Amino acid sequence: MTKYHVKTMINGDPAEFLCGTEQTVLDCLRDELGLTGSKEGCSSGDCGACSITLDGRLVCACLVLGVETEGKDIETIEGVADGDDLHPIQKHFLQEAALQCGICTPGFIVAAKALLAENPSPTETETRYWLAGNLCRCTGYDKIVTAVMNAAAEMRGE
Amino acid sequence: MSDLQFSSPKSVKEAVKILFAAKGKAKVLAGGTDLLVQLRAGRMTGSMIVDIKNIPELRSIKKEKNGFTVGAAVSGAELGAHKAINKAWPGVVEGLELIGSTQIQGRASLGGNLCNGSPAADSVPGLIAAGATCKIAGPKGLRTAKVEDIVLGPGKTSLKAGEFVVSFFLPTRPKRSGDAYLRFIPRTEMDIAVVGASVSLTLDKAGVCSDARVSLGAVAPKPLLVAKAARAIVGTKVDDEALTQLSLAASAACDPIDDKRGTVEYRTKVAGVLARRAATIALERARGN
Ligand SMILES: Cc1cc2nc3c(=O)[nH]c(=O)nc-3n(C[C@H](O)[C@H](O)[C@H](O)COP(=O)(O)OP(=O)(O)OC[C@H]3O[C@@H](n4cnc5c(N)ncnc54)[C@H](O)[C@@H]3O)c2cc1C
Ligand code: FES
Ligand code: FES
Repeated sequence: MTKYHVKTMINGDPAEFLCGTEQTVLDCLRDELGLTGSKEGCSSGDCGACSITLDGRLVCACLVLGVETEGKDIETIEGVADGDDLHPIQKHFLQEAALQCGICTPGFIVAAKALLAENPSPTETETRYWLAGNLCRCTGYDKIVTAVMNAAAEMRGE
Repeated sequence: MSDLQFSSPKSVKEAVKILFAAKGKAKVLAGGTDLLVQLRAGRMTGSMIVDIKNIPELRSIKKEKNGFTVGAAVSGAELGAHKAINKAWPGVVEGLELIGSTQIQGRASLGGNLCNGSPAADSVPGLIAAGATCKIAGPKGLRTAKVEDIVLGPGKTSLKAGEFVVSFFLPTRPKRSGDAYLRFIPRTEMDIAVVGASVSLTLDKAGVCSDARVSLGAVAPKPLLVAKAARAIVGTKVDDEALTQLSLAASAACDPIDDKRGTVEYRTKVAGVLARRAATIALERARGN
C-alpha cells in the first residue's frame, strides 16, 4: 500500500509520520504518534470527540486525511495544559464536575478554547451554539457550559 | 483494500491534468465532510483522491467590477467572516453557515455542498436564487454553467469526467435588493433540511418588485428554481395577496419524498410557508438597502 511521509507541526513541535491515503489525521495522531487524547466517538463528524485545530481552525480530526495535513499546524488536547499547569478551561471542568466518563471532554476543551480565542466574552447562547457539534452522553451539558463561562470570566481577569 | 492514491495539485492546470490522467477514477476532495464520511462507510468509488484546497483560486474570495468570485473550496467559516459578501448576499452566506457544527464549518464548502448532489443541500437554493454561475475546469478547458444546471438528481451532477468547479460568481445586484434562506428542521442544529427556501428580489424606487428568483431545496430530487413563484411577486409591492400567490406556487412546484422527517403533504405545505417567510425577510433587507 502506498504510504506518504507527512511533516507537520503538532502543538508547536515538528512531527512526522507515515500514513496511507485512507487514514484520517485522527488515526495518525492516535495510532502513528501515540497521541490518544483526541477520541473517536462516531468517525462521521457528528460527536466532536476528535476536535482539533488545523491552522487555527476548529475541525473534526475524523474528517481530515492525514495526508492533507502536510505543512499544517495542528493543535490537540495534549497541547492545552502548560506542563503540569492546567489551562483555566481544564480547571473549571474539574471544579464544575463537567465530566463523567470523559470521552467527550478533550473535544469540548479544544472546542471551547477555540471559541474563547475568537470570542473572549461569549453569551451562554453563543457558547451552546458553538459547542452544538460536541455531544456528551453523561453530563447533560449544563455543567460544561458553566465551566466554559467561568473559564472565560477568569481568562478575562474577572 | 485497493491502493488509494492521493495528490494535492497547486494549480487548476495541474489538477485538470491529474484528473484527466485518472480517467474518471479520481475523486475531488474539498472539505471532506461528505467525502470522508462516504470513504469511511465504504461508499466511495475511485482509486485516487485529489485535494483541491491548495489551489489559491479555489480558496479566495475576490471583489470584481460586477460581482464577487468565491472559490469553490472556501469554507463556511471563511465565507462567514467576509464582511462585504455578508452585506451583499446574506441569503447565500446563511445557507452555507447553516451546515453542520462549528467543526464542520471549518471545512464545508459551496463546491462540495453542490457537487455532492444532495437535494437537501443547504447552500444551493441561496446560490440558485442569487443567479450564481460556476466556473468549471476540465480536459476541454473552462466553461461556465448556471448553478441550477449542475445537480440532476440525488448524487448525480452534470459535471463530466475530469471536470471540477473552480469558483462561483455572484453578480452585483441593483440597489434595493435583498435575499434570504430559511430551512426547516425538527431541531435547532445539526440536522438535514425537511424543506429549504431561498428568495432574492429587487425593488424599484416606488417599492414595486422588479425582479425576483425563488428556489426550494429538499422537496424534489434536486434543488428547484421556481419561476412561477417569482412571477407571483414581480410587478407587485410584495403585499399579502402576492405573497399568498408565491406561497401557492412554491407548494405546487414540490415533488417531495415521504420519510421520517416529513410526509409529502407536510413538506408541500411547509415549502409554501417557508418561501413566504424568506420573501418577507428578503423584502425587509431590500428596503434597508
Ligand atoms: C456532521 C455533519 C453535518 C452536516 N450538516 C449539513 C447540513 O446541515 N446541511 C447540508 O447541506 N449539509 C450538511 N452536511 C454535509 C456536508 O457538510 C456539506 O454537503 C458540505 O458542504 C460538503 O462540502 P465539503 O467541502 O466538505 O465537500 P467534500 O466532502 O469535499 O465533497 C463532497 C462531494 O463533492 C465533490 N466535490 C467537492 N468539491 C468539488 C468541486 N469543487 N468540484 C467538483 N466536485 C467537488 C467531491 O468529490 C464529493 O463527491 C453535514 C455533514 C456532516 C458530517
Ligand atoms: S469522532 Fe470525529 S466527530 Fe465523532
Ligand atoms: S462525560 Fe461521558 S460523554 Fe461526556
